[in-house]
Amino acid sequence: MDPKELIARRVAQEIKPRTLVNLGIGIPTLVSDYLDESLGVFFQAENGAVGMGHRPPEGMTDRHLTDAGGRFVSFVPGASTIDSAFSFGLIRGGHLDLTVLGALQVDEAGHLANWMIPGHYTPGMGGAMDLVTGAKKVIIAMQHTAKGAAKIVRECTLPLTSQRRVDLIVTELCVIKPEDDGLHLIERAPNVPLEVILGMTEANLIHGDNVPEMDLQSCQ
Amino acid sequence: MELAISIEESVDLIPDGATVMLSGFMGVGVPDKIVHALADAGKRDLTLISNDTARDTTGPGPLFAAKCVRKLICSHMGLNTIVQAQYAAGELEVELTPQGTFVERIRAAGVGLGGILTPTGVGTKIAEGKEIVEVDGKEYLLETPLRADFALIAARSCDYVGNLAYMLTATNFNPIMALAGDKVICEPEEIVPVGMIPPDLVKTPGVLVDYVIKKAA
Repeated sequence: MDPKELIARRVAQEIKPRTLVNLGIGIPTLVSDYLDESLGVFFQAENGAVGMGHRPPEGMTDRHLTDAGGRFVSFVPGASTIDSAFSFGLIRGGHLDLTVLGALQVDEAGHLANWMIPGHYTPGMGGAMDLVTGAKKVIIAMQHTAKGAAKIVRECTLPLTSQRRVDLIVTELCVIKPEDDGLHLIERAPNVPLEVILGMTEANLIHGDNVPEMDLQSCQ
Repeated sequence: MELAISIEESVDLIPDGATVMLSGFMGVGVPDKIVHALADAGKRDLTLISNDTARDTTGPGPLFAAKCVRKLICSHMGLNTIVQAQYAAGELEVELTPQGTFVERIRAAGVGLGGILTPTGVGTKIAEGKEIVEVDGKEYLLETPLRADFALIAARSCDYVGNLAYMLTATNFNPIMALAGDKVICEPEEIVPVGMIPPDLVKTPGVLVDYVIKKAA
């Protein structure tokens, strides 16, 4: 399976029925492709939509309706439009059940860095700081390494996005749950040996003798 | 004062060195004609307050290509290569502010508040130099209001008294920025008779709008 598809499928299993969910740019955006639409989940776009749907057919796009990456989207039945202050009120105010975001680094404290590489590239935080601070649950969906370099590190060297601990990290190799005592390795991707995961992770991972494989068939 | 003005007249209103608030998100809900006219007029030393810088040729992009901006206050500038180059070369001063904080700072200025207290950014680099206020045992950053000499906004519809209605995600920062500019200039997609926008659908009352860009003759 394509690594990004694997990550998106696994994250989709975390989404509960009738919740409000915000998906970040990149791999997180793919998550909605693997979600059962009968769950009644509403996707928020921080630029002002509750109930975002898939990209409309070619030639049927509306330039007034885009997602937070500026891509054309549609609405699902029951959708609504809000302004930016209301949108971030939903995010900061504890009304957003889940956000799924990418990361440059995550560390043993469960801290996330995803908005700046000092001296190289400063894209800015956009809505990420508010999302990580305010969402009820934060899942990081990312490739396990960047060009061979570890992204799950002992301590973030890049500027943090929030002092809040993220709730789950899903990569193409494994699922990690940050807790008070560190990062717990709770699942392996199918056919990925434990040693491979440990070898591509700088941070210490807490694990038992038998780390179970992800069950990518099951769905909520 | 005449409500309806031409693009040229709107450009003449805005002097070099002005603080300009520009609505829009990734180029959606931006008054594009005003942006292009300001760029063509070669305005200089603007302080631009805009959520993002979109791409090189969209949204506020033309203002950077024409070197109109000295200082930028935004939440994201990662997809505009001209902005990245000017920032790297030290030609552009940048103040990054989280998007939720950005819009509340503007709202604060627009509704007469002396600032906002937000948990966003506590314990991060952007908290440096900012006051921390504790309320009921939780820490918040004190963030100051953001106002502008001019708010440049876009609307779907505008009637003869300046009432504005927006459409879908092109709403974004428009109704908030309409509160926070000393002069508010709106570029609507259509101008309709009074009464065509039902009162419940007016998101910005015309009393807030100083100028509307009229249709080209």
